[in-house]
Amino acid sequence: MINLCNWLGRIILDFLETTGRTVQLLLQTVIQLRRINFRHVIYQMAHLGVDTMPIIFMMIVFTGMVMVWQATPALARAGAQSTTGGLVALAMFRELGPVLSGVVLAGRVGAAITAEIGSMKVTEQIDALRVMATNPIAYLVVPRFVACILMTPIVVTFANLMGIAGGFFVATTHSNVGPYTFFYSIESFTEFADFYNGLIKSMFFGGIVAIVGCLKGMGAKEGAEGVGNATTSSVVTSIVWIFVMNYFLSTWLFR
Amino acid sequence: MDHNNSDAAPMIELRDVSMSFRERSILRNLNLAVNPGEILVVIGPSGAGKSTLLRLMIGLLKPTSGEIWVNGQEITRMDEDELNLIRRNMGMVFQYSALFDSMTVGENVAFGIRQHTDMPESQILTVIRRTLRMVGLMGRENVMPSELSGGMKKRVSLARAIAINPKIVLYDEPTSGLDPVMSATINRLIMSTRRILGVTAVVVTHDMDSAFTIADRIAMMYDEQIIEIGTPDEFRQSNNSVVKQFISGVRNNCIPVRRRAGE
Repeated sequence: MINLCNWLGRIILDFLETTGRTVQLLLQTVIQLRRINFRHVIYQMAHLGVDTMPIIFMMIVFTGMVMVWQATPALARAGAQSTTGGLVALAMFRELGPVLSGVVLAGRVGAAITAEIGSMKVTEQIDALRVMATNPIAYLVVPRFVACILMTPIVVTFANLMGIAGGFFVATTHSNVGPYTFFYSIESFTEFADFYNGLIKSMFFGGIVAIVGCLKGMGAKEGAEGVGNATTSSVVTSIVWIFVMNYFLSTWLFR
Repeated sequence: MDHNNSDAAPMIELRDVSMSFRERSILRNLNLAVNPGEILVVIGPSGAGKSTLLRLMIGLLKPTSGEIWVNGQEITRMDEDELNLIRRNMGMVFQYSALFDSMTVGENVAFGIRQHTDMPESQILTVIRRTLRMVGLMGRENVMPSELSGGMKKRVSLARAIAINPKIVLYDEPTSGLDPVMSATINRLIMSTRRILGVTAVVVTHDMDSAFTIADRIAMMYDEQIIEIGTPDEFRQSNNSVVKQFISGVRNNCIPVRRRAGE
């Protein structure tokens, strides 16, 4: 019983400590925003963003396809087959586009950030930055943070379109929903707010991935194993936070 | 801070500095003064806190208690921005070089200048070439650090440290892991850097040959403190048994053979 309490206590303490560190790094990053270097931001956007596009597109196209495949029989039973397009678009804009992109970003971009900063940490390159009078948060974290926040809405916009295209393909070829019906239902079911609130959500996810990625990288322990552990932990933590934050952001944005 | 402005004032001074990591004491009431323009070599067994000493001098670590004065300013209570102003006059050569592996040799050398000055690109190229020539790596500015040998990396690291014309350069084990010829090269570089640029140098090492070759003064660290400080000649004639043993490498009962955790 005491062991259980110990174990539980340690988990809660660890959680609080990590949360505290994350918030601290976030504040420091915001303070250091004044030292932003746009050349580095653009470089990071190209470096981090472009690589993720193909993976996200593959995932989201097939998600759109399977959604229609699964939904149309049920909708048909209620005689609501004509709402397929609206259903797909609404799900994509509000949840699937931002969340799935966030997960891929955590796995791809978050891992890359942690691995890069972690190996810099264990080879004393971060100390070298400080010795050369350069703030590591301004130099390493700020460009990645801003790049992720600016990059995700762009990625998610494309992802939304690809998801709907996937749904459109199955709806028209398999489920006997006509192209006109499909697009008409999108128009009548969704508002512009659905689209941009989804993008706002995705910006938060981008921020989470960058901050957690940098935090875990800067906390990496010595050795190749240390960087590996930090990377795994970064991906898992980001994904969990994305899902938790997603609920609260959704209840706030889609009231 | 006025009492540090006279000519004889030390460039770096540690007063009653204590340092501990997680309950484990590393330095205890340590006092040390580094004179302007001298090469001070700090020797001592592994785990004695030599690297910690260097990290304290450049503000990478904060002491548990005590004062550290660098160039007439107390640095232990400074925040990172204030420290960065002090660090613009300092360079550090890391044990494993710590070159930025995403940048070329030239970009590494020019990093400090590009970060902190508006020097035109043509002039930066001149500085890169001149500094690389000083360390014997002429024409290597476009090579990536991963393509260099350990000795070359050390020299690039040295070039990076001196490119900003620092007043102080700190060397962490500059000759460890190098062959004797390369060690001698690094020793010559440390001395010529002082001669040409007039920098104050603190060198941490356990290479006794290197210490006797380059040092103006040697300080021996043992048991969390500086136990002896003096010129190389004074060290050779020291009566302190720990110092004698460390210089000759003879095993007897003075320095217990053990490795502390974390070294």
